[in-house]
Amino acid sequence: MTTVYVPGDASAVAMGADEVAAAFRARAEVTVVRTGSRGMLWAEPLVEVATPGGRVGYANVAPGEVGAVLDGSLDADGERALGVVADHPWLAGQHRVTAARVGVVDPGSVTDYEAHGGWVGLRRALGMAPADVVAEVTESGLRGRGGAGFPAGVKWKTVLETAADQKFVACNFDEGDSGTFADRMVVEGDPFTLVEGMTIAGYAVGATEGYVYVRSEYPHAIAALRRAIEAAYTHGFLGDDVCGSGHRFDLHVRVGAGAYICGEESSMLESLEGKRGEVRAKPPIPAISGLFGLPTAVNNVLTLCTVPMILADGGAAYADLGVGRSRGTQLFQLAGNIARGGLVELPFGVTLRELVEGYGGGTLSGRPVRAIQVGGPLGAYLSPAQLDLPMDYEAFAEAGAMVGHGGVVVFDDTVDMARMARFAMEFCSLESCGKCTPCRIGSVRGVETLDRIIAGDDVPANLVLLDELCETMTKGSLCAMGGLTPMPVQSAIRHFPEDFDRTPTPEGAAR
Amino acid sequence: MSTPTSTPASPEAGPDRSALVRAVAEHHRDQRGPLLPVLHEVLAEFGYVDAADVPVIADVLNLSAAEVHGVVSFYHDVRTTPPPTHVVALCRAEACQAVGAESLYAAAQERAASGEMGDTEVQQVFCLGNCALGPSGTVDGRLLGRLDAARLTELTAGWR
Ligand SMILES: Cc1cc2nc3c(=O)[nH]c(=O)nc-3n(C[C@H](O)[C@H](O)[C@H](O)COP(=O)(O)O)c2cc1C
Ligand code: SF4
Ligand code: FES
Repeated sequence: MTTVYVPGDASAVAMGADEVAAAFRARAEVTVVRTGSRGMLWAEPLVEVATPGGRVGYANVAPGEVGAVLDGSLDADGERALGVVADHPWLAGQHRVTAARVGVVDPGSVTDYEAHGGWVGLRRALGMAPADVVAEVTESGLRGRGGAGFPAGVKWKTVLETAADQKFVACNFDEGDSGTFADRMVVEGDPFTLVEGMTIAGYAVGATEGYVYVRSEYPHAIAALRRAIEAAYTHGFLGDDVCGSGHRFDLHVRVGAGAYICGEESSMLESLEGKRGEVRAKPPIPAISGLFGLPTAVNNVLTLCTVPMILADGGAAYADLGVGRSRGTQLFQLAGNIARGGLVELPFGVTLRELVEGYGGGTLSGRPVRAIQVGGPLGAYLSPAQLDLPMDYEAFAEAGAMVGHGGVVVFDDTVDMARMARFAMEFCSLESCGKCTPCRIGSVRGVETLDRIIAGDDVPANLVLLDELCETMTKGSLCAMGGLTPMPVQSAIRHFPEDFDRTPTPEGAAR
Repeated sequence: MSTPTSTPASPEAGPDRSALVRAVAEHHRDQRGPLLPVLHEVLAEFGYVDAADVPVIADVLNLSAAEVHGVVSFYHDVRTTPPPTHVVALCRAEACQAVGAESLYAAAQERAASGEMGDTEVQQVFCLGNCALGPSGTVDGRLLGRLDAARLTELTAGWR
């Protein structure tokens, strides 16, 4: 019998992994294990074969190639024969903490999870006082991975210290930012980590009920998570007596309905309550008055999935990684026009250049890199001159940019930055919750103004108008949707002024 | 139960449908915040939420019809008309734009308009979490990466 690992990750499946798995299953001598993806998405479908020397990988395998994979002849001296996958430079150079098990374990197996260090953090936490669990998370320096970077321990302390008969943990799995897929990959490849992280969070803050709000665009992740939750109940890791501790924790999955704004935490809470996803005014903060008005720890998937490792290995070990006030690792997602896109987990402080040119290998098209958008649709566009910026919340903020959820989207020199600025406004106009005028109306005006600029119509005056509009949105919006949409727009103008220096075109005049 | 006022109920929305919608709503009634799970199940069952479903759901969940309607109209996923035979959803977000999503979307729209894809709706979506392997899209719910116009033509050949 030969064991073959074929990813069941959505991106791998999108490249034909299911057909490859079926071709292996048709062979009597093969046992197929569907794992998550290692994150080398450029190599998907990436098939691994168990050998005495380790799991040997083959890149971009087609169903007709399974025979060549099994006898080791596929592209034997070429780049598609990856050798022992864990030793491949693209993976060996990474520092996997949160994503350590992703692509390695069988996401459907609670015993495989345990064999790879699962449940150690939870068991340790249950032997500690809740306040000490919170202190451990605080000591780790872990900051929210959803974008804002708020210290997780500080948030948990507030929930713990707010007295209430019922409290909640709510996991933000809306992951709407373009260029991000780390939440999805971790949950698809290692769903028990999220179950464990949320159970620890529940114990730490005094919550007996947890909700995962997951976007409807992620059916593979929803299925993986539901399966994991069911198995966790069966094995006593969820329910009324978690690991025999007497502590209760119930976990529910709720599916979103296609609204980017529901990633904003208060909008997500409204949606969980069954309402329109409209942003709430702050204060009160969700830690004090969250889901159904009760204290709620709202955290991103990656924040919660890092907690088991912190409890298992200690907060100090995690805090040893990183730079400045950005402690630990970040899961960077290399996307867009990039030769080797995928998931790269490294301590904060790595430069944008190491990610884009090193791991990413430059553009997919082979043309020069012209622009990089970091941190999702509300993040700044950076120029190649800024490639030496270290990935660090504070360094990015100083440069007028943001790390956000760690998405890195690369564009080559065919990009038209005025069109990207227009898209930022268009996206805001389509996804605004509509609650405040600067965002709802401002974004529509922004599209119109950029249309005139693109047409070369009185550009200087329209740029002034756009600048004023951006200022109104920045200052007058209730949340970061309207408040940060000016970031991609103004950074595009700042770093790529030549794309906005237009003269009337025949088409423009006709518009 | 009140009768729908604005949009006329479709032929499908007969007594059977109303009973099924009621059963779905009753099934979720005791959850916290049951409305979205109810709407998802109605969508899974019928492909859309009919105007006639709104008062039924409102009645079971003890909400006003206006509240339910407000939620129905807020979310992109909640269709209020019967779905077409096929749906092609193409990602138009930044990472996919960086590898040609805009021209792919335009080509797909053109092909749909020409009638070559039969009863197909081409939708724009913003990020499917496949941003390293764009342009991304779904064809009748199946996620695909590195899409181009030729592949789309191949996948939709013979559709009517
Ligand atoms: C428009 C908008 C969209 C957001 N989308 C997400 C999202 O998809 N996922 C997420 O975790 N946080 C998102 N956030 C951030 C959340 O509001 C919140 O800060 C986060 O869930 C808190 O968890 P954390 O501290 O663990 O990061 C978004 C914020 C805004 C303003
Ligand atoms: S800024 Fe936009 S998304 Fe945020 S509350 Fe205002 S209208 Fe809603
Ligand atoms: S941007 Fe298209 S899949 Fe993410």
